[in-house]
Amino acid sequence: MSTEPSNRRPAVIVDDVHVKYKVFATGKRPSDADRKVLSVRGRGKQMRTVHALRGVSFTAYENDSIGVIGTNGSGKSTLMRAIVGLTSTSSGSIYAQSRPSLLGVGAALLRDLSGERNIILGGLAMGLTMREIEESYDDIVSFAGLEKFIDLPMRAYSSGMTARLKFAIASTRTHEILIVDEALAVGDRTFRKRSEARIREIRDNAGTVFLVSHSMQSIKDTCSRVIWLDQGTLVMDGEPDEVIAAYQEAQDK
Amino acid sequence: MTTAEDAAHAGLIKVGGRPPLREYVTEVWRRRVFIYSMARFKIESENQQNSLGMLWVVLKPLMNALVYGMIFGLLLGSKSRPEHFIEFLIIGVFVFEFFAQSWTSGGKSITNNAALVQSLAFPRMVLPLAGVTQRFLQFLPTVGIMLVFLVISGGFGAVDLQWLLIVPIFALFYVFNCGLALVTARLSVHWRDLNNFLPFLTRFVFYTTGIFFSVEKRFGPTPTDPDGHQLLLRLLDFQPVHEFLSLARFALLQGPDYSVDGRYWLYATLWSAGLFVFGLWFFWRAEERYGRVD
Repeated sequence: MSTEPSNRRPAVIVDDVHVKYKVFATGKRPSDADRKVLSVRGRGKQMRTVHALRGVSFTAYENDSIGVIGTNGSGKSTLMRAIVGLTSTSSGSIYAQSRPSLLGVGAALLRDLSGERNIILGGLAMGLTMREIEESYDDIVSFAGLEKFIDLPMRAYSSGMTARLKFAIASTRTHEILIVDEALAVGDRTFRKRSEARIREIRDNAGTVFLVSHSMQSIKDTCSRVIWLDQGTLVMDGEPDEVIAAYQEAQDK
Repeated sequence: MTTAEDAAHAGLIKVGGRPPLREYVTEVWRRRVFIYSMARFKIESENQQNSLGMLWVVLKPLMNALVYGMIFGLLLGSKSRPEHFIEFLIIGVFVFEFFAQSWTSGGKSITNNAALVQSLAFPRMVLPLAGVTQRFLQFLPTVGIMLVFLVISGGFGAVDLQWLLIVPIFALFYVFNCGLALVTARLSVHWRDLNNFLPFLTRFVFYTTGIFFSVEKRFGPTPTDPDGHQLLLRLLDFQPVHEFLSLARFALLQGPDYSVDGRYWLYATLWSAGLFVFGLWFFWRAEERYGRVD
C-alpha cells in the first residue's frame, strides 16, 4: 500500500466495494454459468450478472491526485461512478467529504443554452453566488479557450470544446473532489497542458482529483499516486513511476 | 474502530445517502437564483431559433385561444355553456395551459437533464422547480393578454378590484404545480414510461375539467333530470384544477354563473400546501437515486 501518513485528512474512503450489474442479455449465450432465466418476463430474455468491481478498498486524502489506470473494462469508470453515487454498490461502502463532480466524455451540461449560460447555471448549481461567478467568468472562458464561441449554444460545440468548458466550470471550486474520467483525452495539446496545471493547483489547494486516463504521460505529469485496476480488483496502489512500470510490463507480456 | 466510525470521525458522509430534509431544503433555497435563471434562460433558448423570437411568448397563447375559440365557440355548440362563453373559454384554456406545461416540464426535468445531473453535484430538487418556474414566467404575459381581452370584450366596466384576487389564486396554483412536478419527476425516474403517459393524462384532465363547458350546467339539475349528477358534482368539488379554474373565473368574470363556493378557497389552499409538502418529502426520499443508470 502507499504511504498513509495519519495527519492528512481523508477525502474519500472506499471500503471493500463490490458492484454487480444485472443486464438483460440478448443474442448469443456466452456461457451457462452466470445466467438465469427470468420466467416473469417471458422466454428469451436472460439476466446476466456482470461483476464489475470485486472488493476494492483504498483511502484518498486531501492534496491527493490519483491516477486510475487499467485496461478497457477493468472497472475504472464503474469505480468513479460509484464514488459519485451514480452506481450503487452491491456490498461495501464509500464515504466522501463532499459530493464529487464527475467529468466524463459526453453530453454538454445544457445543450440548448449558450456556453455563457452554461457557465452561469453550472456555477449556480455548484452553489456559487452570482458575484463569485462574475468574478471567475473571464477566467473560465479564457481557460476553456472559447472566447469566440461563448455565445453559441453548446450543441454547436465540438466534443473537445464541450469537454474543455465542462472542465473549466467544474474546476472553479478548487477545494472539492473532482473526478476526470477520460474527459481530457478529447482536448488538444495546449488544453491538456493547461488542465494538468489546473489539476496540480486543485491538489495544492487541499482538493482531491481522480484522473482516469490511458495517457501514462499525463498521469506521470499530474498524479501523486496511481491505482491500477484489473478485472474489478485493485492490483497495485502506490508511486506513479512504480505502478506504471508494473502495469506496462504486464501489458507488454 | 470500524471504517464507518473512522469515516464519521473524519467528517465524511456515506455516498449514496442524503442529507437530512431540513438541511436539504436549505440547500435548495440557497439555489433560488439558479431556479430563476434556469427558467429564464430556457425560455430564451426555446424561442431563439424562431425568427419571431420572444414574440412567441405572446403569440402561442393567442393562437391557442383562436383555435379553441373556433372549435368550441363556432363549430361545436352545446347547452352546457355559461354566459360570456368566450371569456370563460379563454380563462380556462390559458390557466389550463400553465397547468399542463408545468406538469410536463417539471415531470420530465430529471430525465431530460441527465447530463447535468450526472456531472455536477447539487440538490436535484432545483430542476423540477425550475421547470415549473419557467412555465409560470411564460404564464405571466398570458395573464396580461387575458386581462386586455376582458377589457376589450366587456368594456372598462368589467374592471374591478376583485381582479386582484388572481394574485393569490395563481400564486397558490404555482405552489400546487410545484408539488405535482416534484412527485411526477421522482415517479418518472423509477418508471420512465410515465413520460409517455403524461400527454394522455393532461388531455384527460383537459376534457374532464370544465375548460370548454360548465361543469355545473352539464351535471347540474335539468328539466329532464331534476337531480342532476350530484355525486359527480361533489367529486369535482375536490378536483384541484377545477377549483383553481372556478376561483380564477370568479375573480375575473361577473354574473350568477361565476359565483364560487367559499370552501373552494380552503380546498385549493389545502391541495397546494399538502401536495407541495408531500412533494418535498417524496422527492427528497430518492435524492441519491437521480442520475443513476442501473
